Amino acid sequence: MSRPWPSRFWPTQCRLHIVTGKGGTGKTTAAAALALALAEGGGRVLLVEVEGRQGIAQLFDTAPLPYEERSIAIAPGGGEVFALAIDPEQALLEYLDMFYKLGRAGKALKRFGAIDFATTVAPGMRDVLVTGKACEAVRRTATDRPGRAFAYDAVVMDAPPTGRITRFLNVNTEVAGLARVGPVKNQAEAVMRVLTSPQTAVHLTTVLEEMPVQETLDGIGELRAAGLPVGVVLVNMVRTAHLTIGKRAAVSAAAEKRVAALLKPYGVDAAETSALAVLGREHAERLTLEENERQTLDEAGRPVVELPLIGEGIDLGGLYELASVLTAAAGGTDG
Amino acid sequence: MSVTPKHLDVDGLLTDPATSIIVCCGSGGVGKTTTAAALALRAAEQGRSVVVLTIDPARRLAQSLGLTELDNNPREVEGVPGSGRLFAMMLDMQRTFDEIVEKHADPDRVEQILTNPFYQSLSAGFSGTQEYMAMEKLGQLRRTGEETGSWDLIVVDTPPSRSALDFLDAPNRLGSFLDGRLIKVLMAPAKAGGGFALKVLASGFSIATIALNKLLGSGLLHDVQTFVGSLESMFGGFRQRAEETYQLLQAEGTAFLVVAAPEPDALREAAYFTERLAAESMPLAGLILNRVHPVAVPELSAEKALAAAEELDGDSADERLAAGLLRLHAERVRLAARERRLAERFTASHPGVAVAEIPAQPGDIHDLDGLRLAGGLLAG
Repeated sequence: MSRPWPSRFWPTQCRLHIVTGKGGTGKTTAAAALALALAEGGGRVLLVEVEGRQGIAQLFDTAPLPYEERSIAIAPGGGEVFALAIDPEQALLEYLDMFYKLGRAGKALKRFGAIDFATTVAPGMRDVLVTGKACEAVRRTATDRPGRAFAYDAVVMDAPPTGRITRFLNVNTEVAGLARVGPVKNQAEAVMRVLTSPQTAVHLTTVLEEMPVQETLDGIGELRAAGLPVGVVLVNMVRTAHLTIGKRAAVSAAAEKRVAALLKPYGVDAAETSALAVLGREHAERLTLEENERQTLDEAGRPVVELPLIGEGIDLGGLYELASVLTAAAGGTDG
Repeated sequence: MSVTPKHLDVDGLLTDPATSIIVCCGSGGVGKTTTAAALALRAAEQGRSVVVLTIDPARRLAQSLGLTELDNNPREVEGVPGSGRLFAMMLDMQRTFDEIVEKHADPDRVEQILTNPFYQSLSAGFSGTQEYMAMEKLGQLRRTGEETGSWDLIVVDTPPSRSALDFLDAPNRLGSFLDGRLIKVLMAPAKAGGGFALKVLASGFSIATIALNKLLGSGLLHDVQTFVGSLESMFGGFRQRAEETYQLLQAEGTAFLVVAAPEPDALREAAYFTERLAAESMPLAGLILNRVHPVAVPELSAEKALAAAEELDGDSADERLAAGLLRLHAERVRLAARERRLAERFTASHPGVAVAEIPAQPGDIHDLDGLRLAGGLLAG
């Protein structure tokens, strides 16, 4: 059973939503649907991606995103979703420019491969730059939005997968051994203050299979140990149950015979009914496994929201459908 | 119009004595590790001596392969019938890096390197380290196989990179960093003994160093310089081994298998990978489509099944069961049609790529029987 989405993980209390998940569980889809849901009714939400995969552009069927915030979707009720692909190199140059006015030195850094070094080799630097940019968007104050304090009501990050998320977010520890003093250290501390505050939540996307569920539980443990706020578990791609599963075998041999008699008038012969029964037994086996995984997830004690499998593949229509499920889950706990 | 791909002869590939390395690649979450293990088991059961290098196996799968502890060495898997042998190992990235240092650095420098904070972060955190270490381990396994004769086939699983292409780039990236311009610049002061050299260097460079120092704090640069200084004797080795592994991947006897699920993202990655392998002259054996959903009763259309379900759905449990089975079938027919379309689109744009399919299993695979079943299905 889905548990509703607690209001403390919804604006205005929580403004940075970090969505992780094992590969193949649809974390980009979940992040995009969440951004649409959060923007509903007039909000402005920034959806950021950090791994250079251009997954958001593909999902929304638009040209590859530049390092620039641009509007990609209108939410129900007049909200708007902006998207940004954070490029660590650009983020570094922007950061240098902001704090050091390094016109010429910036170029020299590039020429000597130092930018490359800082963004691809120096461990942790890349992560500080990327999370730093997202935090900057969270804190940015509004200039053109009367009555609203912030430029974005919420920022949703399509983050690295569950296996790497704690290390990615735990920038402070990551750079601590390296940059012991200086601006990078200060930046890491500032980022960490935002990430560990109640205005941040890390949501974990999973599907009801053994390995993704196990990774989710491991991920929750690691996030907690690092003092990072765990949000909601998003169970994605939940299939419709077509059979009721009970204590007995889902399709017994006797039941198969009776069903064969029922299907005969429709031109389905006994052999074909047997094939359908095999399908039914596999479905029942799957449902039983899914139920076990549900219980395992339940033990983590986190709110769980289930998102249905969109049969024909995810398109914009599917995203809006998932967004409405999220909005309904959140709406249940208002007041 | 339907497009039929060439059939990938899995058993032919596995039993050909010329096949010495099989690399399974593909995006995350497509069942790469399981596929690699299933291929290795099948090859062993057909008489080959095989070692499978897994990167991050599911806990129960690892246990079924006897990988209860992570010691970075292959262990023989029990319960393989016949004359073949199967070894399995799980990559320990940090351990592999440490071993390189221990083996190739000056003995009196080893401790200095291993305790250097920059080395510790680099070996654990650099985004390409896992990919590089997987390739390093592959080279090692190859040498061990030649020396001891324990195995003549290596099956490699690749790291769950953000994009499947990372592992081809990583050795180069680390290599070019290690003997790149920046390193030379950083080495200069270490060689000349510190501050003096900085002053005499070209102004562009001093600006860069000063800016880096400002940004990172001088502590980091110092660590990097010490690290690079102590690693100097290993540099040639890094570069050389990265190149050797790269050539090994291009050599005859190596076969790449791209693993994908019949879903748009996974197939898009598979297409990129196919093109990239061709561009790098890496030998692609074919595409493995994992978790394909077959239709058992193709004569019954989704529309007909749904119409019948609507009529049948009623009060009795049998009627509800019959309706449920028909709906299940209709769902399956539509899913299969969608998967077929996606697979055909791939084949239309990559007609030369042979394909083998593994039908979706209701449960997770976590023992040798499951792997054996998957291997059998794969071989058709």
